Amino acid sequence: MNELAAFREEARAWVRENAPKSLWGTSGSGPFEGYWGGSKCAETDPDLLRWRDLGIEKGWTAPSWPTEYGGGGLGRVQEDIIHEEMKAIGVPRPVAGQGLAMFGPVLLKYGNDAQRAQHLPGIVRGEVRWCQGYSEPNAGSDLAKLQLKAERDGDDYVLNGQKIWTSHANVSDWIYCLTRTDPKAPKKQLGISVILADLSTPGITVRRIDLISGYSPFCETFFDNVRVPVANLVGKENEGWTIAKAILGHERSSIGRSIARQPGSAQREVVGRARKHLGVEEGAIADPLIRDEIASLGMLEEAFHLTLARIQQSAESGTPGPEGSITKIVGTELKQRRFELGMKVAGPRGLGWEGPGFDEDDLEYTREWLRSRASTIEGGSSEIQKNIVSKRVLGLPEGKK
Amino acid sequence: MSGHRAPSLLLNDEQKMLSKTAHEFIRERAPAARIRTFRDSRDPLGFSRDLWNEMAELGWLGLQIPEEYDGLGLGFFDLCVVLEQSGRELMPEPFISTLLLGTQALLLGGTDEQKKALLPGIAAGEVLLALAYEEAGSPVYAKRHGNGFALSGKKAHVLDGHVADRIIVSAATSDGGTTLFLVDPSQEGVSMTRQHRIDGLGSAIVTLDDVSVGPEAVVGTIDKGAALLGQVFDRAAAGSAAQMLGASEQAFDDTIEYIKEREQFGVPIGSFQALQHRAVAVFTEIALTRSVVLAAARAIDEAPDDIPRLASLAKAMASETFLHAAKEAIQMHGGIGVTDEHDIGFYVKRAHAAYVTFGKPSQHRQRWAELHGY
Repeated sequence: MNELAAFREEARAWVRENAPKSLWGTSGSGPFEGYWGGSKCAETDPDLLRWRDLGIEKGWTAPSWPTEYGGGGLGRVQEDIIHEEMKAIGVPRPVAGQGLAMFGPVLLKYGNDAQRAQHLPGIVRGEVRWCQGYSEPNAGSDLAKLQLKAERDGDDYVLNGQKIWTSHANVSDWIYCLTRTDPKAPKKQLGISVILADLSTPGITVRRIDLISGYSPFCETFFDNVRVPVANLVGKENEGWTIAKAILGHERSSIGRSIARQPGSAQREVVGRARKHLGVEEGAIADPLIRDEIASLGMLEEAFHLTLARIQQSAESGTPGPEGSITKIVGTELKQRRFELGMKVAGPRGLGWEGPGFDEDDLEYTREWLRSRASTIEGGSSEIQKNIVSKRVLGLPEGKK
Repeated sequence: MSGHRAPSLLLNDEQKMLSKTAHEFIRERAPAARIRTFRDSRDPLGFSRDLWNEMAELGWLGLQIPEEYDGLGLGFFDLCVVLEQSGRELMPEPFISTLLLGTQALLLGGTDEQKKALLPGIAAGEVLLALAYEEAGSPVYAKRHGNGFALSGKKAHVLDGHVADRIIVSAATSDGGTTLFLVDPSQEGVSMTRQHRIDGLGSAIVTLDDVSVGPEAVVGTIDKGAALLGQVFDRAAAGSAAQMLGASEQAFDDTIEYIKEREQFGVPIGSFQALQHRAVAVFTEIALTRSVVLAAARAIDEAPDDIPRLASLAKAMASETFLHAAKEAIQMHGGIGVTDEHDIGFYVKRAHAAYVTFGKPSQHRQRWAELHGY
């Protein structure tokens, strides 16, 4: 048995011994599924909290982070194996969310020792919750146009402006922001800096945004003469765009993976709804055209999972291919097709906004369908993704914009 | 992949080497333009026997044939590595007829005598096989005749029937029963009409008029030929999907190269987003198709229970991907793409032919649904 196979055995044994049984089969085990924590967290499920504590104790809430910050000191490949083993039994990550999936890796790469020591242990332990301040009303796909002003004043930066789509800002403790530190820079990508802010700082206001699905984790965050210490600058002033791109790359691959869920689950879900709403004739779903569409979805789902497996196997063998670039495009398309089909088979029973007269799970499904429309927009729209693949993977020349 | 760990979808070092060698050999020796040459010269074979023999010497024809029959004793996965490369240049050599249909039928259902008689010759490039299964108006029927059978009827679209040394013929042997027979085409009562197809592959109409065969000609079990054929078609579907994967990649690579070079409005047309996004769509489909083709090939060697669903998955996806890649290739080549002078048109012809052979995608999706219980 090689080293990785042996590690897999160890990870499997530990996960199965320690994950509370009540959590098995409850989660797709993605990087955003699990205990999100933070000072405003109201979680009371004792099993979830016990799982969190066991994860922290083992260092496996952040398996690939250095042990000095509470991580497991393992490699990325071992980390993937641990997460796969969690996924295999459908348990959530012991601690999940932005801090672990996005901000921590950036701080590890670009932060200084003091920043790492200040922020990483709180993330590993699920004590401090982070959110992201990227988009602005006039800087969406064209993110580099962002305008949140950060002006030096003594030992502080003074922040003025607005961020949008700051997911979970209302329940977070800190925000990492892209700010404009040099408005006169010759290119819009220059003059951007990454600055961290405690959300309880005076001058910060958070307002929730409702989506077409009715509820959402999204917020707008306003900055009105917010003073943060210069020590909260990550990396060098005016060189934040490189960091921003690294975070976005990370975000896209995590979105692709987090959509993956259990292999076959999208097909099972839609088949279940088709049986319920359309009926069954001699074992087959009554409508042959719908059956064909479901099979098409099921095939795409299987192909997506096999591709994720192939990407991981290539990474483990040390020769990653270019396929990683398409996981967000395919994963979000799969998700949308799944909900569209699930809605189509429900007919008028999927039209409910709220009770009475509608099934509880149909109501929830309809909301999720509406929510899924955002998946090809958030974290870099599919069109922006295609621009990136076109330029970086296919080597096609950049056009006029 | 139902919850458990995915099969290995990587090539080992030997397979990577094989893929590279095959890629270079085929690109240099077997360009797709040969399809035009064979067509215009009305070549009686429609492919190169010399090239087939060279590939036999390289060991490619016997990759999957067991060592006791003079093969290399490797797997179907290894064969797919070569098939993918053969697909890149749309090679008209008898890969499907001999290595996929004929050899798989013998490996799965042949007696030791049949294998001894034919497999070493196949590995050496000396023996070509064909499988006649497509009815043509007059279904082939096998009448008991002494201790053997007499076959009469007609089959069409018999790939490489015109050059095969032996044809495996499916025939009705009882109510609902099917049996496969090895027939020597030089036998009395066998007549052959060459068919000319759009895709450059050679096929024939095979007419049988009271052709008598002995009991030793039966491949598999009498009356149980349909199940054997089903297993053969799964392998043919997976192998054909590997060829389609290679063909899609080549059509795509040629297209990317073309749109980087071709200038209109003073810029390369590959700088237009309208083309870029469509190119990424094809790239994405090819990446997904590669995963399912490798999974199907792996299942054939290692996971028999998964073969039907993964073979259907591979055939359905590869068919859609190849047809899409070929159509997009023509569109992005513009006017030159629809001329006979340019090779890209051969890809759309082959894509359509492969799409409708061994089950259209819609048939495989129906089977997939049945296999998943809906």
